[in-house]
Amino acid sequence: MRVLNFAHGTFLTVGAYASWSIATALPGLSETARFAVAVGGCLLVGAVVAAAVEIGLIRPLYNRHVEQVLVTVGFALALTALVQGSYGADPKPYPSPARTQGVVSLAGATIPSSRLLAIAVAVAVFLAIAAFLRFTRWGLIVRAGVENRPMVSALGIDVQRAFTLVFAIGGLAAALGGALGAVYFGNVAPDRGTQTLIYAFIVVVIGGLGSFTGSALAALAVGLLQQFANYYSSVYLHFSAAGDLAVVLLLATVLLIRPQGLLGKGT
Amino acid sequence: MAVATKTLLEVAGLHVHLGESHILQGLDFAVPEGGVTALLGRNGAGKTTTIKAILGLAGRSGSIRFDGQDLVTMKTHAIVQLGIGYVPEDREVFAGLTVAENLKLAERDAEPRYELVYQVFPELKQRAAQRAGSLSGGQQQMLALGRALLNRNRLVLVDEPTKGLSPLMVASATEALARVAEASTVLLVEQNLQVARHLAQGVVVLDQGRVVHAGEVAGLLADDALARRYLAVGVEGGH
Repeated sequence: MRVLNFAHGTFLTVGAYASWSIATALPGLSETARFAVAVGGCLLVGAVVAAAVEIGLIRPLYNRHVEQVLVTVGFALALTALVQGSYGADPKPYPSPARTQGVVSLAGATIPSSRLLAIAVAVAVFLAIAAFLRFTRWGLIVRAGVENRPMVSALGIDVQRAFTLVFAIGGLAAALGGALGAVYFGNVAPDRGTQTLIYAFIVVVIGGLGSFTGSALAALAVGLLQQFANYYSSVYLHFSAAGDLAVVLLLATVLLIRPQGLLGKGT
Repeated sequence: MAVATKTLLEVAGLHVHLGESHILQGLDFAVPEGGVTALLGRNGAGKTTTIKAILGLAGRSGSIRFDGQDLVTMKTHAIVQLGIGYVPEDREVFAGLTVAENLKLAERDAEPRYELVYQVFPELKQRAAQRAGSLSGGQQQMLALGRALLNRNRLVLVDEPTKGLSPLMVASATEALARVAEASTVLLVEQNLQVARHLAQGVVVLDQGRVVHAGEVAGLLADDALARRYLAVGVEGGH
């Protein structure tokens, strides 16, 4: 879509806090029902906020990348400050369902249930978005619009609506990530979205701009590399922050060897 | 007795600025309903910009009326939905989509005319699953014309359909354009005077962003000096 959206991380923050607000406001329900309603509500909030950002901030700025960066960075800072002002700067404990707090033994490894939940949902979201892009008319419009937006309009299609839909889906997915992140970390925090955004940009650049599958592969590579680097460096080098260093080195290597990313088409 | 012809498209005082350049400088012309009107002129005369201005793909001022409706305030997709097809210069097929997906994307009518498209271009059916980016230039032009044939358009704007094609493909594209013109009014930008002569009844000649001649093709053909002055070719030797 050729949009540099630095506000995407705030969709995650908004989703996390929407989920927290709904979950803590529904004490009468069972844990699972409360979590389900909270996740459903945060998806709606994430989609609406993202669509509003596209319509209000991004739409007048298509093809103006510097302005996009300035506006979306400003929006992200303002929204993070608003969340801090409303909920406080400290993390708030998240009322996760008990069944997500257990552990599962798998092939000799003990894995927290929250990790398995995140992996399962990520795979489901990947398959759902891939199916949307591959099999629906809206998906066809989005794929064509990314390639040549004016020509899609010249076929009589309101491509702006399609791009708003893409933002809404992106906001929905980010909000879902916020809720799952809250379960994973056990809390919600105002700056989690902006922290996560850095990795999201690295993943997108490594995967290749415009490549959905490339981003998925890059996310897997970055996550595994970071965790393995952290583990082995702490065991053998007594240095626990090698994961971030390894990720940045991977980014630099990809940019030097294949600047268009793993599955990007280049320019 | 002369038959009164209804005007389908009327352009008046059309101006387009691109950056510092004043590309179209107050165009006035009309396209009658039915048949083919050729928009001719040398490179840089403003032909493609005129087509883009009609579609709203270039910022413009002035008046563009399609069947009485003002297009200047409308967005591109809404203009096209009035029944205006577009075959762009350089085809602009979606390289990452298959042939079938390119056609599916172009569907506007409840009953798109796939039979007609595949009758005129059987190769498109054979290559339905092939990515459009891997087609030859001629095949991409088939696809671009196929998109225009798919819907029942009242007006089709065709921009240099024979550019860069082999003589065989020029003949095929000309035949396809004749099929398009059977059902729709066509405004045709064409550098190949032979093609324009074969297809068009009316002609509008542009030079440096202005209309310098409008009338019947026969009138242009009868005036070798006019053709040499504004098209840089003689009517006998026009390629």
